[in-house]
Amino acid sequence: MAASISSHERVGVRDEDAAPRPPAAPQAGWPSDPGSAATTGENPPPAGGFETVQLLTPAGDVVHHERYSPWVEHLGAADLQGMYQDMVKVRRFDQEATALQRQGELGLWAPSLGQEAAQIGSGRALASRDYVFPSYREHGVALTRGMDLGQILHLFRGQDHGGWDPAAHNFHLYTLVIGSHTLHATGYAMGIQRDGDVGTGEPDRDRAVVAYFGDGATSQGDVYEAMVFAAVNNAPVVFFCQNNHWAISEPTTRQSTVPLAQRATGVGIPSVRVDGNDVLASYAATAEALRRARSGGGPTMIEAVTYRMGAHTTSDDPTKYRSREEEERWRRRDPIDRVRALLRAEGTQEEFFTGADHEAERLADQVRSYVRALRPPERETMFDHVYASDHSLVQRERAWFDTYQAGFVEEDQ
Amino acid sequence: MSETATSTAPAEHSPAAATAPATQEMPLARAINLGLRHAMEADPAVMLMGEDIATLGGVFRVTDGLLDDFGGDRVVDTPLAESGIVGTAIGLAMAGYRPVCEIQFDGFVFPAFDQITTQLAKISYRSRGRLNVPVVIRIPYGGGIGAIEHHSESPEALFAHTPGLRVITPATAGDAYTMIQEAIACPDPVIFLEPKARYWEKGPVPLNDPARPTAPQGAPGFDAGAVQRARVVREGTDITLAGYGPTMRTLVAAAQAAAEEGTSAEVIDLRSVSPLDVDTVAASVRKTGRLVVAHEAPTYFGAGAELAASISAECFYHLQAPVLRVGGFHTPYPVAAIEEDYLPDLDRVLHAIDTSLAH
Repeated sequence: MAASISSHERVGVRDEDAAPRPPAAPQAGWPSDPGSAATTGENPPPAGGFETVQLLTPAGDVVHHERYSPWVEHLGAADLQGMYQDMVKVRRFDQEATALQRQGELGLWAPSLGQEAAQIGSGRALASRDYVFPSYREHGVALTRGMDLGQILHLFRGQDHGGWDPAAHNFHLYTLVIGSHTLHATGYAMGIQRDGDVGTGEPDRDRAVVAYFGDGATSQGDVYEAMVFAAVNNAPVVFFCQNNHWAISEPTTRQSTVPLAQRATGVGIPSVRVDGNDVLASYAATAEALRRARSGGGPTMIEAVTYRMGAHTTSDDPTKYRSREEEERWRRRDPIDRVRALLRAEGTQEEFFTGADHEAERLADQVRSYVRALRPPERETMFDHVYASDHSLVQRERAWFDTYQAGFVEEDQ
Repeated sequence: MSETATSTAPAEHSPAAATAPATQEMPLARAINLGLRHAMEADPAVMLMGEDIATLGGVFRVTDGLLDDFGGDRVVDTPLAESGIVGTAIGLAMAGYRPVCEIQFDGFVFPAFDQITTQLAKISYRSRGRLNVPVVIRIPYGGGIGAIEHHSESPEALFAHTPGLRVITPATAGDAYTMIQEAIACPDPVIFLEPKARYWEKGPVPLNDPARPTAPQGAPGFDAGAVQRARVVREGTDITLAGYGPTMRTLVAAAQAAAEEGTSAEVIDLRSVSPLDVDTVAASVRKTGRLVVAHEAPTYFGAGAELAASISAECFYHLQAPVLRVGGFHTPYPVAAIEEDYLPDLDRVLHAIDTSLAH
């Protein structure tokens, strides 16, 4: 497999496979033409020399890229199969969670459908000692960190504001305030610098942080500040932006008139734009950025161009703002189909694919049973952990509440 | 860096100070500086962040000299972005550090308000105690210094209304020295409000008070009770005057003036706005039957309103008069030319005392 990934000759940047040609750039103000970028949700035209790096075409052909192909050349058949398996798993998990919401088992769900390559590719480039600050749709990254995916559902079931121990897998809790956690990522990276775990050259010591966020978040001041602080401190952090084209109902053109990757340019952070539906490109760009960060080379921004195939959340109705045709176009660039095509072409047997489906089905079964067995927390736990030290007001209110509740018990008797 | 700090620190700051006199007279700003220094010497995880705090030593010079002794990794001049300061401090705290952030002026804390209220205040709760974020946010606050807009505000109620934050404020140099170290040792986020109009007032500082030891979280010495305890600064029998921070000097002066007219006022420095030490005030009110609470912040939905409600519930049958509030009006902080008419001064406190006693 290592040989075959690099064996195909690449002829130019095949952007026609990565994304349809966007309409002409808006000249001034916000485009209002119904056919313009603002209403189709396509990316603004590339500017500032941003290509879209692609190593695996939608048809499953491996293409050569001088800079990024070397980052995947060491991957063997087992690695690619592992990526495929992860993507199939998280897609099935996502489907199950959506179903559980429809069945009333979850209050809300934020689907990751369509973003599997960006998440699995980047997640698999991470080392366990690296630290991840996810947004709230990074179920695929969670899988690559070894998380028990059922834990994610505590939050969406309304039983926990978090749901897992961040230290267990160096995977921070989901953050719902858009972009806030990117500052935490930069701060954590500044901590790694102070720990001396950057640029030592010791392979098991140097660490980095990855912050995941979306196209909408790039408009948040916190994301800009996170990049400024990272740049001036040369902090070991990777800003991984999944441009899934839609911030609920607003297309990327409502966030930016330039490629999102260009956001980093003014801050002085190198950036790269990759086909986010290409698991190999996502892996390669992240691996390169992580090496730069760990070795003391500072932050990087990656824009992974992908597509949110599902709704923003189960409360959203995408038919109100985007077309079936657009969704159909992206379905033809499915992140999993192209890996399956490559694996088949490279000789992976059908049993593997059937096995992967069975694995995913088993995960779905487990998650379903897990969620249904969850019991709500005791009401008194609402007072727990407001503070880490004794706070007389919380103690007072808790005592009142206990007495109040005890009164009901006496009446019942 | 900390080794360097210890070896180059002036004699009065070195561990040898244990044999020095127990108290030293110094201005409040200097007491905070010394408290920061001692906290940094005690725990290498303690670090300072803010705008102009390193080379310049802060616009009020509270961090003066600390860059030289602790280095740029521990005394950090940040970009000019308050949300960035607090947000990165949260990340540093998650990585095991104990950042002390300086917000340059009260009115400039609001760009960081989201990070403080949606993140900092909630991370312990959200993580069910798995994560602590011991971040201290120092804010010079209050008016009376003839400043331009945004430089004289008292935003304490906004933070006290946010579960997960502690809000404390010293009124004297001695408390400033001790309380900044307690704030740093506290495992919870602390909003540390510094009465900027009192920065240059001198007072005795207990350099090594064995009754209130400070130590990093987890180590013996941190006492949540001490952090949230009010202090009776003057005993009296006829009326209780409660306040905090910059108002304390006015309340003590009012008590002295009242004494000349035969009224014995008890004065309480609340010191903590979240939580309020209702027990200490209630014990006083059960004795005096009257309460006047004063602060510079607008009285509407202010700390005084909360205290009045609590005391009305706790001491209903002891009260001889309604609890009265003296404070700012429901206006933006006015221009410096007329700020003295906005601030709760001696005459307004005495007026409130007279009003209460007339019941």
